[in-house]
Amino acid sequence: MNAQLEVRNVTKRFGGVVANHDVSLSIPARSIVGLIGPNGSGKTTLFNCIVGYHPIDSGSIRFAGRELSQLPVPQVARLGILRTFQQTRVYRRMTALQNMQISERRARDSLAALFARVPAAVDDEAGSLLEFVGLHGQRFVRAEELSFGQQKLLELAMALMNHPSMLLLDEPTAGISPTLINVLIDRLQRVNLDLGITLFVIEHNMRVIMRLARHIYCLAHGELLASGSPEAIRNDSRVIDAYLGAT
Amino acid sequence: MDGLTLLLHAPVLNLQLLVDGVLVGAIFALVAYGMALLWGVMNLINVAQGDFVIIGGYVAFFAVSGGVPPLLAVPCSAAVVALVGWILYRIVIRRVVVGELFTSILATYGIGIVLQQLANQLFGSDVRTVESGLGSVSLLDGMLTVARIKVLAFLGTGLLGAALVWFMRRSRLGQAIRATAQNARAARVLGVDTDCVYAATFAINGAICGAAGALVAMTWIVQPYAGLSYTVRSFMVVVAAGLGNLAGIVAVGGGLGIAENYAGFLLGTEYQSAFVFSLLVVVLVLRNQLLLRQRQYLK
Amino acid sequence: MTSRQLRLGIGAVGALAAVAAPWLAPSFVTQLAFLWLMVVFALTWDIMGGHAGYNSFGNVLFFGIGAYTCAIVQRDLGMGYLGGFAGGIALAGLAAALVALLLGPSVLALRGHYFAIATLGLSVAAADIAAGWRYIGAASGMTTPQYPGAIEDRGRFFYFLLATLAGLTLLTLRRLYAGRFGLALGAIRDDEEKAEAMGLSTTRYKIIAWCIAAFFLGLAGAVAGNLVGYIDPREFAFAGPTYGVWMVLMAILGGRGTLWGPVLGAGVFHLTQELFWTYLLGWQRVAMGLFILAVVVYLPQGLVGGLERILPRRLGAASAVGHDTSPREAGQ
Repeated sequence: MNAQLEVRNVTKRFGGVVANHDVSLSIPARSIVGLIGPNGSGKTTLFNCIVGYHPIDSGSIRFAGRELSQLPVPQVARLGILRTFQQTRVYRRMTALQNMQISERRARDSLAALFARVPAAVDDEAGSLLEFVGLHGQRFVRAEELSFGQQKLLELAMALMNHPSMLLLDEPTAGISPTLINVLIDRLQRVNLDLGITLFVIEHNMRVIMRLARHIYCLAHGELLASGSPEAIRNDSRVIDAYLGAT
Repeated sequence: MDGLTLLLHAPVLNLQLLVDGVLVGAIFALVAYGMALLWGVMNLINVAQGDFVIIGGYVAFFAVSGGVPPLLAVPCSAAVVALVGWILYRIVIRRVVVGELFTSILATYGIGIVLQQLANQLFGSDVRTVESGLGSVSLLDGMLTVARIKVLAFLGTGLLGAALVWFMRRSRLGQAIRATAQNARAARVLGVDTDCVYAATFAINGAICGAAGALVAMTWIVQPYAGLSYTVRSFMVVVAAGLGNLAGIVAVGGGLGIAENYAGFLLGTEYQSAFVFSLLVVVLVLRNQLLLRQRQYLK
Repeated sequence: MTSRQLRLGIGAVGALAAVAAPWLAPSFVTQLAFLWLMVVFALTWDIMGGHAGYNSFGNVLFFGIGAYTCAIVQRDLGMGYLGGFAGGIALAGLAAALVALLLGPSVLALRGHYFAIATLGLSVAAADIAAGWRYIGAASGMTTPQYPGAIEDRGRFFYFLLATLAGLTLLTLRRLYAGRFGLALGAIRDDEEKAEAMGLSTTRYKIIAWCIAAFFLGLAGAVAGNLVGYIDPREFAFAGPTYGVWMVLMAILGGRGTLWGPVLGAGVFHLTQELFWTYLLGWQRVAMGLFILAVVVYLPQGLVGGLERILPRRLGAASAVGHDTSPREAGQ
């Protein structure tokens, strides 16, 4: 199996609540995979576990052959697997350009590098990525003054700046206008095709995820309910019940 | 160490330290309860908590010098510091309680500075103490000495604590305070005047500190700059015990009193203060490290 | 006159005034020397407080370590005045930085108010330990060697020493803030968890920042200790209620997270303090406390923050709206 990310029997408990129970899935390299499920089914928790934000109670998470579950968050990120946040987190008091500059991936920061200015190459890449998401004109605007949609785009651009091999996107189209959703879908497809970045996407917008993903996993009550192609999932009665039955 | 061998050869010395520790620890627990109250209800860390205690101590000192019977000085101090607290809330605290936590910490720190410098300017930097005139009790053939005032302070603290708990559970204001602590917005929607609740909470904390201060003046000493150590002690107790954990606060307070007594005995009194502040750092770092194992940290 | 020319002009005049000050106002030379010390206090606090978002209430710890280290070197190594002083200054900075390096991993793992109170505890514990340690004079403290020259020269000597230190601190920080270091601190301040999730070595940057602050504070302690001549553990070296608080206050007064804010804050603060001392002797400490309270409650964004609100264009605030905005692309 050519899986880039292999999640096996992951269980995560918070006190008495089981957020993820025995979840297993695998993400092939360069694919776009969706993760759906009603609210509270444990999708974001799974993301958190994968990137090391929570320690897991049992199971294994392997990325490109390496076990992730024991690693701290910064180390997981440096392996090339990044995530975006449901509430969209950017560095609010810094400008869009500065947000991009600090997102550059550095293997190791030497002490001498502390005194160096940001290299022109970094600035150039930041500029072109901002252009890619349509924020080049706002590069000197403070992140907190961007609109919500713009911040989402900035968060994506920052992730790309870091040269990840895999991106975990948590509800990338939540709360933005339909026009912008189409822009975002287009960008994500280009990111996947041209840059070869694997995308694992949590989504509530069925139209979006059916268009984007080639394979979809569905969680309900912390367990894996169904898995398959978009058509299969769309017609799966268990999935439909889970959404209709969820309060 | 001489102290250590002494402790091992004379077990009754341990008893003395334990008893004194528990008696003073009760006062620590009381002040910590006040700090937890402010923290839980208003999300305010009162860096001037210890300075309120010291002010209470001074009130008791001057009351007793003025002829008030020592035991009556306790409610006197409580009332005065409650008033001071209420006034401070109206002019300073209510403006910062809604903002960043750091601003409110700085504000209370500033209040502490003002109180310290005022005390220093008005009362001088000399150490003061209040003679309760109650003497000590000799137990176990004179091996164990217990000051009567310390026992009374212990009982008084217990009574005060019990009264507070009863107040919080049964009275209208107490319930309003608890509701606000749980969810200020919801409480407001239900008609609770949060500003009033905050003012009352701050005043109640003042009363707690005032009473504790009077007891401190009688069992120990007051000095303009002694406040910070009480602030640090209460913070330590609250962090170690956890915000809502009343039994924990009592237990940790007692434990701290005992630990301090041992430290004072083994390291010498001049290092007792260093012990308290170093312990604070150790407690914070260790508590945090334990949480880091769960990929969390002290919030 | 363009904004840049104006700034260069002001800078030139300022630099000239700074160099000429000991001759322009000879009776105030010590107060002016202290002004430079305040600038170092404010700038070093702001590295962690304003830029990284880690508000330390105990930075005075490093000042005291520096003061004592230098005094010990001068007392025990017998290298003559200049040799001992120079060696003392160097070791003071290194000793302070080393302490920051050792404490950093555990103390900087604390966040927010826990960090603030832990640092407070450290500085007070240091004061208590120093006051009991006989090797460094316990409660009586230590004295530093006599300046081997004329009195008039002494004032100028320390003035220029502290001014140079302040200038060095400012230039170093200007360079650091302009590059990745400044960006990393900003990321840590704005959203540390996000920074971690992006792979930034936040711990490393925090420790380095604290070491830099400690280093300059250590140097300042060494010089100031010699200026004052006498190192008291509670009133000078680890003077929490005075120096320790002022460090925080000055940076806030001027404007946290900027380069010149702390400098401005130091200037205004020091001037206010001197005025209080002259006209309110006795009550000046109380007045200072009230001043601190007033700043914290009414001016938490600082003077620079307040000015930015009034003159956004002049100060080139980044909040100016961007240039080309194509609605299709900008996602509105």
